[in-house]
Amino acid sequence: MEQFLQQMVNGISLGSIYALIALGYTMVYGIIKLINFAHGDVYMIGAYVGFAVTTYANLGFFPALIISMASCAVLGIVVERIAYKPLRNSSRIAVLITAIGVSLLLEYVMMFFVGAEVRSYPKLLSDKAINLGNIVINMQQVYIVVTSVVLMIILQFIVNKTKIGKSMRAVSADKDAAQLMGIKVDKTISFTFAIGSALAGAGGVLVGIYYNSIDPLMGVMPGLKAFVAAVFGGIGSIPGAMIGGLSIGVMETLVSGYGNSMYRDAAVFAFLIIILILKPSGLLGKNTKEKV
Amino acid sequence: MSLLSVEKLTKSFGGLTAVSNVNMYVEKGELVGLIGPNGAGKTTLFNLLTGVYVPTTGSIKLDLNGSVKELGGLKPYNVTKAGLARTFQNIRLFKDLTVMDNIRIAMHQNIDYKLPAAFLRFNKFYKEEERMLEEADKLLDIFHLSNKKGELAKNLPYGEQRHLEIIRALATKPSILLLDEPAAGMNPNETKNLTDTIAQIRKEFDLTVMLIEHDMSLVMKICERIYVLDYGMMIASGIPSEVRANKRVIEAYLGEDVSDASNKKS
Amino acid sequence: MKVLTKKNIMILIAIVITYVVVQVLISTGIIDSFYEITIATICINIILAVSLNLVTGFTGQFSLGHAGFMSIGAYVCAIINLQMNSTTGLLIGIVSGAISAAVVGIIIGIPTLRLKGDYLAIATLGMAEIIRVIFLNMEITNGAAGLNGIPRFTNWLWLFFFTTASILLINNFINSSQGRACISIREDEIAAEAMGINTTRYKVMAFAVGAFFAGVAGALYSSYFYFIKPNIFGFQKSVDILVIVVLGGMGSVTGSVIAAILLAVLTTFLQSYSEVRMIVYALLLVVIMLFRPQGLMGTKEISDMFKFGKKSSKVK
Repeated sequence: MEQFLQQMVNGISLGSIYALIALGYTMVYGIIKLINFAHGDVYMIGAYVGFAVTTYANLGFFPALIISMASCAVLGIVVERIAYKPLRNSSRIAVLITAIGVSLLLEYVMMFFVGAEVRSYPKLLSDKAINLGNIVINMQQVYIVVTSVVLMIILQFIVNKTKIGKSMRAVSADKDAAQLMGIKVDKTISFTFAIGSALAGAGGVLVGIYYNSIDPLMGVMPGLKAFVAAVFGGIGSIPGAMIGGLSIGVMETLVSGYGNSMYRDAAVFAFLIIILILKPSGLLGKNTKEKV
Repeated sequence: MSLLSVEKLTKSFGGLTAVSNVNMYVEKGELVGLIGPNGAGKTTLFNLLTGVYVPTTGSIKLDLNGSVKELGGLKPYNVTKAGLARTFQNIRLFKDLTVMDNIRIAMHQNIDYKLPAAFLRFNKFYKEEERMLEEADKLLDIFHLSNKKGELAKNLPYGEQRHLEIIRALATKPSILLLDEPAAGMNPNETKNLTDTIAQIRKEFDLTVMLIEHDMSLVMKICERIYVLDYGMMIASGIPSEVRANKRVIEAYLGEDVSDASNKKS
Repeated sequence: MKVLTKKNIMILIAIVITYVVVQVLISTGIIDSFYEITIATICINIILAVSLNLVTGFTGQFSLGHAGFMSIGAYVCAIINLQMNSTTGLLIGIVSGAISAAVVGIIIGIPTLRLKGDYLAIATLGMAEIIRVIFLNMEITNGAAGLNGIPRFTNWLWLFFFTTASILLINNFINSSQGRACISIREDEIAAEAMGINTTRYKVMAFAVGAFFAGVAGALYSSYFYFIKPNIFGFQKSVDILVIVVLGGMGSVTGSVIAAILLAVLTTFLQSYSEVRMIVYALLLVVIMLFRPQGLMGTKEISDMFKFGKKSSKVK
């Protein structure tokens, strides 16, 4: 039982990072129906920005988090403007291939400049442990969960209570109708990319701290898993992405804890395929069918 | 038994009943019209007949010379195999393929060679391919499209695209042809052309035809019997003059449309 | 006899000439062992690209897991060939590898091919990852270290034979009624069903045929490069194959062949700069999608060009 609770604690802190990344996937998919493969790499860049400002400018955790989020927001907008916007009326396959291209581009341009080697992250947060009975909670884990929760609350506020949030919901429901109603679609899409990428940037810094290591390909696997999380929760649904992220995090730690950690990634993908086949719309997603 | 008999057919989507307790039959060789106001459930009924939707309750029976087959719940391709072919309200040709390929794809279910012959080009492959080309040529000849067999479907003028859809449906060798608004978007001249075509294919292929149509004058002129749907229910049926005189029909639908149509004519 | 048409005789002559010319260049040492590797890569990539093109370009089913099928062919062939150290062993290995890949293709295809577009892409990616993790954990595949010292019987003759056979067979399939059924799925799935085509069946068929030939390519890879490990067949490899298909044109066999040759040459030149190579690949993908989404050839084949030439000469 104690071991189980311990795994849950680890799973929730990992899961809240997945949730942060999954939110970006789900928001972008909701608005332009694109699996933004480059999203995982935005998160990698976020981790590197955090690394740079803490190592070379000696900034603390919060300034690093903010700077990293801001840089990723800008990166998200640039990627959208250059690579995705010209393809808005192309086939879905064309946009998806472009996204894969952008993803590779970010990875290898980064590798070209910073090298392929793994770097260790500076210690930004105390790793003091809190003991609750036999369960150990790391202060870092507390920070990760608290930061994620605060960011998600802010996101919920933006989406549900502000004018730009209303535009986002309108564009994702029906882009053409929103345009006719005078909503600036391009601006709204850029804003969505900015917010999603900022969350990924925050996720990058948190992961850097949690695993204490970063490399240019670190975004690939977590990116894919966060996408699985978004699909599980119901792609396009913000609460779904949060639930999905936490579930995938917990599932992964349970598989490593009780099963074989080598099969951890395979388990996540097997889970994805089962969901896609049994309930492709996910937990909270909407079902759509083509009209004949 | 009639060629096609529909009994107590119902389809609901969640709380909405799109087609409700519909009874209907089509005799061999008939030309039957299905009319009704927008949203009456005409296309839904077609989709039920052709396997796109699975009926909530009720049955659809096809009687081919005594062998009766239940169509309700079959997949669309099995319905087509059973002998019902259709066209679509908004044309669904294989746009980027040639006219010939469009027809040959529809002939696929009747080919007589298997995968090994396809890979290794046994003699049977060549024989069958030749037969297909000949049959397709014959069909194209009837519709005067022979000179366009190499064109991409999307490059045909609108009226010819509608015709090609009908040819494609015929290439599956159906017993019943279902036409979903075949005259939609056509000018009077093209509509006249279409009417002739339908008459011609009935004669040449010994075919039973059922069509949905908005153009009242067309339906009244060519259909031998008419069914009227309103809010998913079959409210009337009969020969055109009966339907025209039916009070419920006038109330539900013709009341405005018929006078509209006659106004336009006068 | 239909088989001995003028066109077929021309094709046969072209095939023989290509084989003899390269064989002479190899025997005389003009093509040294370094360039021979490039030629092997070209052959294997042609088989991979043409088979993926069948699935993605012709049938319209976006697969990101082609490397998974390749790995099955590679491992099955390697294991058999390690047991039976002979050319017969290699031949049995290639056939078994291809059949195993096709069987897995059917098993994977039946549930996942109900998905469409992006979802299918992700599901196939996941399947390939699962296959990789399984090879990573099996004893017979020697885990992450992989299999080494696989007997190397594959030479230019083997490569050329299997590449040509793959192209011809896939081309025959595409130009058959079954192939047209596959193409109709790409064009309009609903209309295809209404025309009596069992779309699930033909999607799985295309997937299985694609997997079969990916298995052939994998088998040749393991034999020629005599060393395989699971990480060779990761997501990256699937993307490499996709780049060839997209660059050549989705729906053009000729395009895949040309693109496989172009990219292999490019890779040879960029060999010592692997990051630059990946940057070039990435830029290629983005730039093609932005400026020429239909790729080099679109859906045109080399035979269409000859036809076009004939037509215009008639007009004169």
